Amino acid sequence: MADTLPLDSAANARHGSSIGQPLTRRDGVLKVTGQARYAADNHPPGLLHAVLAVSRIARGRVAFLDLAAAKAHPGVVEVMTPANRPLLAQDPDEKQGPFSFRLDLLQNDHVRYAGQPIAVVIAETLEAATEGATLLAPRYEAESTRLGLDAGEAFVPPAIGAGSPPEVRHGDIEAGLAGAAHRIEATYETPAQYHNAMEPHAIVASWDGNRLLVDTPSQGLAWARARLAGLFGIAPEDVHVRSPFLGGGFGSKGLISGPQILGAVAARMVGRPVKLVLRREQMYGPVGHRAPTQQVLRLGAAPDGGLTALAHHVRTVTSSFDDFYEAACDVSHTLYASPAIVTTADAVRVDTGTPIFMRAPGEASGSIALESAIDEMALACGMDPLEFRLRNYAEVEPISGKPFSSKALRECYRQGAERFGWAGRPLAPRQMRDENGLLVGWGLGTATFPAIMFQGQARAVLRRDGSGLAELGAQDMGQGAWTALAQIAADSLGLPLARLEFRAGDSNLPDAGIAGGSGHTATAGTALHSAGADAIGKLAALAMADERSPLFGAGNAGVIAREGMLLRRDDESRGESFAAILGRAGLEEVEGRGHGAADAAAQEHYAMHAHGAVFAEVKVDPELGQIRATRLVGAFAAGRIINPRLVRSQYYGGMIWGVSFALHEKAVLDRRSGRVMNADLAEYHVPVNADVPSLEAILVEEIDPHVNPLGVKGVGEIGITGSAGAVANAVWHATGIRPRRFPIGPEALIGGAPG
Amino acid sequence: MSLSITLTINGTPRTVELDDPRVTLLDLLRERLDLTGTKKGCDRGQCGACTILLDGRRVNSCLALALSHDGAEILTIEGLADGEACHPIQAAFIAHDAFQCGFCTPGQIMSALGLIQEGSAGDDPERVREGMSGNLCRCGAYRGITEAVLEAQQRMSRDAREEVA
Amino acid sequence: MNRFDYIRPATVTEAIAAAAIPGSAYLAAGTNLIDLMKGGVLRPERLIDINHIPGLDRIEHLPDGGVRIGAQLRNADLAADPDFARRFPAIAEALLSGASAQLRNAATLGGNLLQRTRCAYFYDTASACNRRQPGSGCDARGGENRLHAILGWSDACIATHPSDLCVPLAAFGATLEIEGRDGRREVALEDLHRLPGEAPEQESVLAPGELIIALRLPAEAATFAPHARYIKLRERTSYAFAVVSAAAGLRLEGGVITEARLALGGVAAKPWRAEAAERALTGAPPDAASFGRAAEAALAEARPSGDNAYKIELARRILVRALTLAAAGTPERLPALPASPFAPLPGGRPHG
Repeated sequence: MADTLPLDSAANARHGSSIGQPLTRRDGVLKVTGQARYAADNHPPGLLHAVLAVSRIARGRVAFLDLAAAKAHPGVVEVMTPANRPLLAQDPDEKQGPFSFRLDLLQNDHVRYAGQPIAVVIAETLEAATEGATLLAPRYEAESTRLGLDAGEAFVPPAIGAGSPPEVRHGDIEAGLAGAAHRIEATYETPAQYHNAMEPHAIVASWDGNRLLVDTPSQGLAWARARLAGLFGIAPEDVHVRSPFLGGGFGSKGLISGPQILGAVAARMVGRPVKLVLRREQMYGPVGHRAPTQQVLRLGAAPDGGLTALAHHVRTVTSSFDDFYEAACDVSHTLYASPAIVTTADAVRVDTGTPIFMRAPGEASGSIALESAIDEMALACGMDPLEFRLRNYAEVEPISGKPFSSKALRECYRQGAERFGWAGRPLAPRQMRDENGLLVGWGLGTATFPAIMFQGQARAVLRRDGSGLAELGAQDMGQGAWTALAQIAADSLGLPLARLEFRAGDSNLPDAGIAGGSGHTATAGTALHSAGADAIGKLAALAMADERSPLFGAGNAGVIAREGMLLRRDDESRGESFAAILGRAGLEEVEGRGHGAADAAAQEHYAMHAHGAVFAEVKVDPELGQIRATRLVGAFAAGRIINPRLVRSQYYGGMIWGVSFALHEKAVLDRRSGRVMNADLAEYHVPVNADVPSLEAILVEEIDPHVNPLGVKGVGEIGITGSAGAVANAVWHATGIRPRRFPIGPEALIGGAPG
Repeated sequence: MSLSITLTINGTPRTVELDDPRVTLLDLLRERLDLTGTKKGCDRGQCGACTILLDGRRVNSCLALALSHDGAEILTIEGLADGEACHPIQAAFIAHDAFQCGFCTPGQIMSALGLIQEGSAGDDPERVREGMSGNLCRCGAYRGITEAVLEAQQRMSRDAREEVA
Repeated sequence: MNRFDYIRPATVTEAIAAAAIPGSAYLAAGTNLIDLMKGGVLRPERLIDINHIPGLDRIEHLPDGGVRIGAQLRNADLAADPDFARRFPAIAEALLSGASAQLRNAATLGGNLLQRTRCAYFYDTASACNRRQPGSGCDARGGENRLHAILGWSDACIATHPSDLCVPLAAFGATLEIEGRDGRREVALEDLHRLPGEAPEQESVLAPGELIIALRLPAEAATFAPHARYIKLRERTSYAFAVVSAAAGLRLEGGVITEARLALGGVAAKPWRAEAAERALTGAPPDAASFGRAAEAALAEARPSGDNAYKIELARRILVRALTLAAAGTPERLPALPASPFAPLPGGRPHG
């Protein structure tokens, strides 16, 4: 990895010294001592507690609320309902743009999903507010619930995911299938899943006249601010959102949710600060989820195993009142070479909350189906699953024909397979047992996620005392922005990390774009990188124009910033400190501004994706069907790695989500009531520590000169993709039973002959 | 109704006037005593984020009625470090990147302390994984957590031996 | 959670007197009660806190070889008692396979026995549930019921009892000392929980205000120690309720089973002692054929209550597994993953 990066517009460069270092988290001490202040940890004076009452029906209207009983409960201050909720400047049902979703802010008495907020009880204590919400004892006029992938007539939405076309056709799929030596057609089902960040959505809101201060977890501070400002009819500058730490987000905190906004509305109503924290069961409704899918994969292959056709259809659901479509088929656009690829999507409307982006949206659901189907086809061709994937390796992006900006997937396969010990794996299933007689299976999945960038801004300052400041409204939901972005900023300013003040997590700072889509480090990092370059450029201009500087006249050769010094590129013995330059110029500081965004020209020419290969071992009890993912090795290539320690953690987390996708998590909906019957953490199973005894992540070197100036792709989501399929394929290899409904339960595995 | 209880919290005796019998230890700490390091993830004993040591034992503070624990000794994450110096478990969590978002972390650390003091896991990673399975981590930091607990356990038993010597 | 009066009796007598007032509930650790109150499932007007009554948390090894355990003893403390774990290893294993370490540190034995079903329709106050609200119906029928009962259920209720501890207790003939206003009486653990029948709200034979004081295990229960196991099928490796579970104890002499103890968990509204299967095993060799016949006998009356026919087969298989493990011998130390299929067995496991 080169340690010097070219700058976009200047001959000036700086050496990297922080980037690439496996630093521990800069916020680590705060987090291990309990001092990191999450939204619900705030207690402004005069604070009241608000608790939502939510609907227990999925469709109809609220006919009665026992307001008297709630208000009579000692400590209850107010009950906010559609009848008395303060007016808002915007209709919550009015879409404000493509990433704006309809909100339930007590605009009427209609109910459109179970778990929808129908009232807010505000009280002096949490206990009183909680009981007040119970005492409302709503009565409803219920209508029949529409639920399930067959709930109504399917339609083709205008766009899926973040704006992909619902149908993509490349080549002649029917000819490819007709001419194939091997064909498979299989249907896979994935359930509704809920993000379930450990931190429930929370807000502490206070008003000062028409100015609003909120502490609330947000993956997108600027969007949250704009949404609040729009709804309250105030200027964005009058909304201050603080979110220094998120207790996880995974997509559910990307857009400010209805309940969070209701906390601010409640504060406005009572004229005192209000804290509103969702109860865990209330996380299964108004804050989004991953929609269920049914996916049909049709594959054809030539006698030598080369794919001749790949058709991927997804049926999904959206809410009755808004549009978000899980783009599960999109993963098939980019991963395997095939002369014919068709992806199609349709959907039905159901009475649930609106689905939303959830870690690896589209790709996670699509990957488990595609990787299962690829495994099925490898078997049909009598080929090792790795050999089959290499046979169908996409040298260019299959549909677009674009070259990849970088793609070290082959190396991921090689390193992962070697580390895992894949060689010698028997082709046939049910061949391996451990010393205790448990069935052992090995499976493989290819991981992929697009390298996305949003728009972001940053500000960087060099100060006369030799220190620096970098700031932007970046969000750390656990991925490590406090650390990784500071590393980028320090390098961009040519400062050791210890001399850098780094600010983030506040809407008053420059808009750093959303922390999502695995695009935050690339976007915010590029903004910081260019802000630093801007500041260094200004400092260099001061020095080079000053006869008293040893850098005078270095213009053509350029300078390098390192350890608080500017040095002549052609003679590093000549240079001086930032402080000296500023001091002589009589300036307290120089300021740089930076912008991060995708390079449209580069995108025109290159396909940009991170890749990986995940190898999984599972053990299955042959009689009881209980499964444990005993060993996972993932090898990932995602461009430049800013902080390998944090990146490994991202991969581990993603891989565990993959295990969870394949084996554990599933929302159980009662089709009659529309209620999630396991809306908790006891029965909605996410993996526990004992579920993942062995994880390894290999960081495969990949230098990408095109994706952005830092060469950074994203790492937050790719770990799920590949992993879920690898586990599913390992279950097949252990048992000979091909799982096609996820998560895989014991009942799927006990049908076979015991023992 | 005023109900007075006495608790020793992080070594300091405190008399707490409760105006409401419903207050759990978790809500007492968080909402009334400004000890917000202990987190509420589920409020139903299903996630472990609220783990504290109650009379030396790790428990879910969300299901413990404060009134019922009159006279109890409580250790929370705020009382673990020795002044500015991190406790060995805290240090090991940082070194092994045993957290991401950090929300479950106070509970994980208090649970790790309970586990180590119980003394049944020793240096067996499988026993540590099982013993830490009452603490969910949605970010998926389990590998680091297990490594951190093992390392801290080693260091604490070494320190204890040295103290004896 | 509703407001309630809080009463802290100093003696059992005071507690029982206090609980005589309708609307009262005993508060032990609260790991189940407080959870249910937070969900609005239970709304007692008075909590009688029995945590401060001295003397209810002792383990007494009785002169006749039996053991008497105070109902207020914490689950973790019983499992950690070396004498107890040595003499009753399947019970210790069941204890350690339940919930999490934190919950086991708090939860009492009495509370464990009386914990309520995990049926989602019981927990969901908007659903019809005869157990929670007599006469309202049962939304679990025709609902999401893949984990529900396969034995002893009725049209009124298909819920299961979730306790792990109760399963080996039923197998090994535990009895309970119960005290009420009319004095003290003994009830066999097996008789504590009622099957739903027409009145699923009557979950146990306890009269209102009766308190479980202690649990006794007969000396005979310890004779199974060399061959006693508990095994539990879960949907994650730890911290999950059983899909099905089984406790087995064998006495072996000369290659023949002289006595067997068997119970199933997760299959009915009570821990399900499989006496027909026990009888079938008496005098039989400890082999797969005997175990298979026993499992058939145990599940002879089973029928699905919904989308759970698979549980009948799983219950058969877990009984066979429990017997196989018991026959192989109790391990010296409980495995790292108690009651788990992934716990290694010294010498390897006889999977087909």
